[in-house]
Amino acid sequence: MTQPFRLPTAGRLDAAGTVSFTFDGKAHAGLAGDTLASALLANGVHLVGRSFKYHRPRGILSAGAEEPNALVGIHRDPARKTPNVRATVQELYDGLAAVSQNRWPSLAFDVGALNDLGAPFFSAGFYYKTFMWPRAAWERLYEPVIRRAAGLGTAPDQPDPDRYSNRFAHCDVLVVGGGAAGLAAALAASEAGARVILADEQAEPGGSLRFEDGAFIDGKPGWEWAQQTAAQLAARDNVRLLTRTTGFGYYAQNMLGLVECLTDHLAAPDPEAPRERLWQVRAKRVVLATGAIERHMVFPDNDRPGIMLASAARAYLNHFGVAVGRRVAVYTADDSAYAAAIDLKEKGVEIAALVDLRPAPQGAHVDEARALGIEVLAGHAVTGTEGRLRVHRVNVAPVNGGAPRRIEADALVTSSGWTPAVHLFSQSRGKLAFNEATQRFLPGQYVQDAVSVGAGNGTTGLGEAIAEALQAGGKAAKEAGVSKARAKVPNLEAGSTERWSSGMAGAAPGAEAGRKAMAFVDFQNDVTAKDIRQAVQEGMRSIEHVKRFTTTGMATDQGKTSNLHALTIASEMLGKPIPEVGLTTFRPPYTPVTFGALVGHGRGALFEPTRRTPIHAWAEAHGAVFEDVGQWKRAWYFPSGGEDMHAAVARECRTVRQSAGIFDASTLGKIEVVGPDAARFMELMYTNPWQKLAVGRCRYGIMLREDGFIYDDGVVGRLAEDRFHVTTTTGGAPRVLHHMEDYLQTEFPDLKVWLTSTSEQWATIAVQGPKSRDIVAPLVEGIDLSDEAMPHMSVREGRVCGVPARLFRISFTGERGFEINVPADYGLSVWEAVWAEGGKHGACAYGTETMHVLRAEKGFIIVGQDTDGTVTPDDAGLAWAIGRKKTDFVGIRGLKRPDLTAPGRRQLVGLKTFDPKTVLEEGAQIVADPNQPVPMKMIGFVTSSYWSENCGRSIALALVENGSHRMGERLHVPMEDGAIEVEVVPTVFFDEKGERTNG
Amino acid sequence: MLLIHCPYCEEERPELEFRHAGEAHIARPENIAEIADEAFQRYFFIRANPKGVTFERWRHIHGCGRFFNAARDTVSDRFLMTYRVGEPKPDLRKIDRK
Amino acid sequence: MAEIARRMSALEGRAYEGPGIALTPDPPASRLSLRAPEASLSALSKALGLTLPDKPKTAAADGSRAALWLGPDEWLVIDEECADLAALCASVSALHSAVDISHRNTAILVTGERAEDVLGAGCPQDLSPTRFPVGAASRTVFGKAEIVLWRIGEEAFRIECWRSFSDYVFSLLEKAAREA
Repeated sequence: MTQPFRLPTAGRLDAAGTVSFTFDGKAHAGLAGDTLASALLANGVHLVGRSFKYHRPRGILSAGAEEPNALVGIHRDPARKTPNVRATVQELYDGLAAVSQNRWPSLAFDVGALNDLGAPFFSAGFYYKTFMWPRAAWERLYEPVIRRAAGLGTAPDQPDPDRYSNRFAHCDVLVVGGGAAGLAAALAASEAGARVILADEQAEPGGSLRFEDGAFIDGKPGWEWAQQTAAQLAARDNVRLLTRTTGFGYYAQNMLGLVECLTDHLAAPDPEAPRERLWQVRAKRVVLATGAIERHMVFPDNDRPGIMLASAARAYLNHFGVAVGRRVAVYTADDSAYAAAIDLKEKGVEIAALVDLRPAPQGAHVDEARALGIEVLAGHAVTGTEGRLRVHRVNVAPVNGGAPRRIEADALVTSSGWTPAVHLFSQSRGKLAFNEATQRFLPGQYVQDAVSVGAGNGTTGLGEAIAEALQAGGKAAKEAGVSKARAKVPNLEAGSTERWSSGMAGAAPGAEAGRKAMAFVDFQNDVTAKDIRQAVQEGMRSIEHVKRFTTTGMATDQGKTSNLHALTIASEMLGKPIPEVGLTTFRPPYTPVTFGALVGHGRGALFEPTRRTPIHAWAEAHGAVFEDVGQWKRAWYFPSGGEDMHAAVARECRTVRQSAGIFDASTLGKIEVVGPDAARFMELMYTNPWQKLAVGRCRYGIMLREDGFIYDDGVVGRLAEDRFHVTTTTGGAPRVLHHMEDYLQTEFPDLKVWLTSTSEQWATIAVQGPKSRDIVAPLVEGIDLSDEAMPHMSVREGRVCGVPARLFRISFTGERGFEINVPADYGLSVWEAVWAEGGKHGACAYGTETMHVLRAEKGFIIVGQDTDGTVTPDDAGLAWAIGRKKTDFVGIRGLKRPDLTAPGRRQLVGLKTFDPKTVLEEGAQIVADPNQPVPMKMIGFVTSSYWSENCGRSIALALVENGSHRMGERLHVPMEDGAIEVEVVPTVFFDEKGERTNG
Repeated sequence: MLLIHCPYCEEERPELEFRHAGEAHIARPENIAEIADEAFQRYFFIRANPKGVTFERWRHIHGCGRFFNAARDTVSDRFLMTYRVGEPKPDLRKIDRK
Repeated sequence: MAEIARRMSALEGRAYEGPGIALTPDPPASRLSLRAPEASLSALSKALGLTLPDKPKTAAADGSRAALWLGPDEWLVIDEECADLAALCASVSALHSAVDISHRNTAILVTGERAEDVLGAGCPQDLSPTRFPVGAASRTVFGKAEIVLWRIGEEAFRIECWRSFSDYVFSLLEKAAREA
């Protein structure tokens, strides 16, 4: 395997570090330190992809993050197929497998290229205009076909096996960009003692020093200085140097998002290591040293493989030691491209011609080029190119008329000038200012504590950029309040032979208005100069409209190389100066960010906390099936001996009512309300009266919102005059506490009472059923369990299994029942003791499903299931729980609202199906007349529905209009296969007289 | 992610520790049980929702737990100031809107 | 009489040690959620044997006992020798609320030179020594869980979180710790 375009005398890579890789299955060799792009070019491969819309052959345009064309898929394994990777930033590793995209059946022969022949029809707005009619065809025909044809690359069809990481970080000075200016700024800031983070997107900092061979800093070649400085910075305790790290977003209050790539460059990454890390950095000061991006020339057929940016050709030559062609032509409208011609020529590459659009370029660079024997064609334009899969000929003509020339060349490097990378500055909401002299947008007014330096700030000379960055770094440290700011700003001598001039933007000759040429502005979205003009002709006036109509700048590269061209062409068409037309908004991310990086650790088991009770392990060991209740895992039912859910729940329901059942109620919310005003506060928060509740007694409380609707419920025990043990629903615990704190802190701040969540202090074990007292009794110390001493709805403090306990005599099943609360770490042990006692009485463990059925048999509501935020206590049959003599509680006024007192509201009722075996579906709608035309008038819906083993039939609860006045009425539940007839009945299905709580 | 100055913790803390809690300076009527429907409507349902400076309640729920008030510009999404519960509504003219 | 119940901590058997980082569940401690107005502080301080701190983000420690300022009228009192803190406060007549939360919380010690970095995986506060010095304590978040964070040494933090969140908190810490 040879690398025919690798030059032995150029570049910085070690010729011994051979690395093999494949592109579309073909094996190639590259060198360690290569990017995929440089390695492909070393092998003479320019054709790497097909364009998005016209499927035109495309090559490598750039050598960096701005790349619009060279997007490939990197396939590590079946689950690790990353589409749309820019070959120019993908570091080469041994065994790398890349595939081209957007072509079928092959890159060289692509059927989709037929689109190119139809290009006259596919102009801007084509989709909007063409697929309008017939309307129905959009969904069935157009969209599926377009979707199949469009898109870039293919997404993997397996879950992402990689890990991702997150870090919050804080620093005095964040420097984004590790080129000459960024390094200098970081140097100065860190020397002043500031905590500095320096982020650079490349593996090695240095920025454009990578190709600017004429740069000298501190007496050293620029690149050498950059590497030494980076090492020096990395060694400092107060500096965090992040390489392969892109600052992609600038958010409020100096928070920036950075993505650090950790493993994409490795041949065999540690599977435990994260692939990427998201840094959420809060910086006191930000130094933006983001550099500038070279623009291509907009001329006919400027998109053939082999046509690339002049600076990219220099990077491939000077850093990677790769010649982009054997005979290279140069097309420029500025000075900087001369260096490409000179560098190439000096390394032995033939320069076919240097075409300069300007009539009379002058200066040392021009003289030097000529002296090297390069033919400089001043006042000439490239009017077209030839070559199917790679450029092989460049057509040149004098701008002011004259004989055209056809020049043989296997590469054409172009430059129309440099666009400062102001993306992050703009994202920070800073205002850009248009510089007339240099025709550039530069950072203008800052809104955040940031400063731009170097090429990104429009500072073009190396010496000036270094001086500016050193000053800015030192100043940023000082402004960040670093005390050691006595430190002198370091001084660095820097100079360069590099040349810069402002260049041009917009269409070059041959691509002017009226020409049919395919002169591409935006390569990735296949937008030509003609498309931009057409958008204006068709009435688009705002650049935002032009952008959306043509999709210019809307591809994944966000128009880094193209936006200024598009803007210039639009402004010419509109006859308005550029600043009046304005730029489109820069939005994060600067370069594409994976979802993985944004998600970070938050996937799988860490997606959100999974909360388990102290008794969870026991339930798991005893075969429980769990259900998710909010973040909690709750035992749903305990199948035994091959039972299905139905059989297990039926057995559990029977057992509880025949002997006893044991239930883990630890997830119930618990709030301790303590203070001399505790009862007064409870009066305000709940509808019930509390002042007269005796110590040691419990009451079922209902909490409303101010609008009068039920918000939560639960049993409350009074432990002392000034102490209540409040329980809430499992899901309601946090919001009930928040709601109570809200009133306490902001409406009733004078009340002497405090609230403490004790949800997790206590493990709660419910023992329910006729045998419950027999089971509990042997474990309890110091509490008289007789009905006289401890009647239903009471609470006692004592000891259970030798540990402090709060024992409630309460029932959510209608049976005699206890709830044992013990400190959570004892929960499992106490449960095991209760279980052992239960075994003597034939008790079972039961889960939430049985709990639901048993409470429904008794007509007890579950807030959130039988209520939906529009149900009043009266609607739920709970009007008795409102303290009629009370003059205030939250919701007292809401209850008097006309709608809430109007007759005919939906009220909670029981439903019995005529066929006792039919179990209704929860959520099913209820109608009075099943034979009415559709849409039927719905008068209610089923809120709870179960098979009741104890009743020997199905039971249901429902909210039905005027339900409490419909007892005995027949209603209907229309389902897909016919209406189910039901009878309206009271909500209590079992033990109507409520005798079993003492049974 | 914003930084929000908690007037009880006396420093700026990350937004993740806070929860928004609706418009500020809406006092629950003392005699709420007696007020007319229109008064209840104004108290419970009607909110200013201005474009520009708004006064709103926040709670440092994952910090000191305190509710407090804030003046925030809904256009710039900047917090202009925060202050403790019970302190009077600040004079808009004296707030630096930057 | 039944056997005395055994205590089982939520993080039984969990621990992690890697280069520059150790994650260690702390043994059971007694804890009190103490709420009181300013006027009660001296009486309560006396009863508890340490001065309740009144500055935000601070803690006071004395031997096995510490009080962390959580809010203007709220302290988390911890005693690593499991003293009955509620009983100490019971004798105080000055206005206050003392609620035993010994079992509600569980503690994880995060120690080593990478402690700050590992905590940065989920805690958005600036934990550098200038902003979060030794002795600083604050309720905050770690990932999607609420925690109380207390810096007990240059390279040592104590995390207090609710029992059922401890698995999540420990797992996230461990995930971050493993990314050396």
